[in-house]
Amino acid sequence: MSELSVDLPITGPTAPPRSNGEMVFDAPWESRLFGVTMALVEAERFSWSEFQQRLIASVGRWEADHPDGEGYRYYERWAEALESLLADLGIVAIETTDARALALAARPAGHDHLGDEPGPAAHDVP
Amino acid sequence: MTAVPRTNDYPDVALRAEALESLLLERGLIDPNVVDGLISRYENDVGPMNGARVIAKAWTDADYRQRLLEDGTAAIGELGYSGPQGEHIEVLENSDRVHNVVVCTLCSCYPWPVLGLPPSWYKDPAYRARIVREPRQVLADMGLDLDDDVEIRVWDSSSEVRYLVLPERPDGTSDLSEEELAALVTRDAMVGVGRVTAP
Repeated sequence: MSELSVDLPITGPTAPPRSNGEMVFDAPWESRLFGVTMALVEAERFSWSEFQQRLIASVGRWEADHPDGEGYRYYERWAEALESLLADLGIVAIETTDARALALAARPAGHDHLGDEPGPAAHDVP
Repeated sequence: MTAVPRTNDYPDVALRAEALESLLLERGLIDPNVVDGLISRYENDVGPMNGARVIAKAWTDADYRQRLLEDGTAAIGELGYSGPQGEHIEVLENSDRVHNVVVCTLCSCYPWPVLGLPPSWYKDPAYRARIVREPRQVLADMGLDLDDDVEIRVWDSSSEVRYLVLPERPDGTSDLSEEELAALVTRDAMVGVGRVTAP
């Protein structure tokens, strides 16, 4: 019974100390995705249990495809669950997210160090 | 259900999350201040220190302990802790004969109001599969060695029921205040993968 005997990390990677114990997100996008999802629940765009059923389905699909459990990223499953739910509710189509993500990917390197509207003015400021 | 295609040159998930957020924002479906507030709440304000206060109170107040074991959600609500993922919380009492440990085999159900968001190992496929199959070994791997005569009960959370473990109060803590006791209680002890030790 050792096929799933990967190490169980007991603490998150390089978690800075917090009053609450530890970091609960491994990357900023994970916390954004969590916050966006909960905001949509609060706004009653869908219920938590509707989302949870999608999450269970997404986790289950991944595990069926990856019996060794290697490479699991919980918030990737979360993202897939949210995308599929928003698509089926007619709120944001998958293709729309695809197109926006590709546009974001095409931003020049360093875009996030220049502010929202880099433009020439950003370099003209004395 | 719509399947989300995945290929090697597909935009990575961080970009997809950013794309989704920007689209929802433009359409007025989310308020960035609300999103920021929710993240901050779950990163900083809702967490295992809430559960620790519940446990410390149960250790020092026999009537509260009774209420907690009879109706966890109501007794936890007495301390002001409620919210998503806390609609039905059952409290499981550990003793020198029975040790309770909690998992969610299907996803990541967890009592947010008292423990905050789950740690990464709780969401990991390895923990979720192994704790059911070989709990004594998994607990030992996580640093909790239990005597062979201690019965281990594994509780599978669901969308209906969340569990909070009431650990044993450690010996040598009779002089400590409720607040001092709360500082000893760890998240791991309240999931059932650790025990509380005296300072």
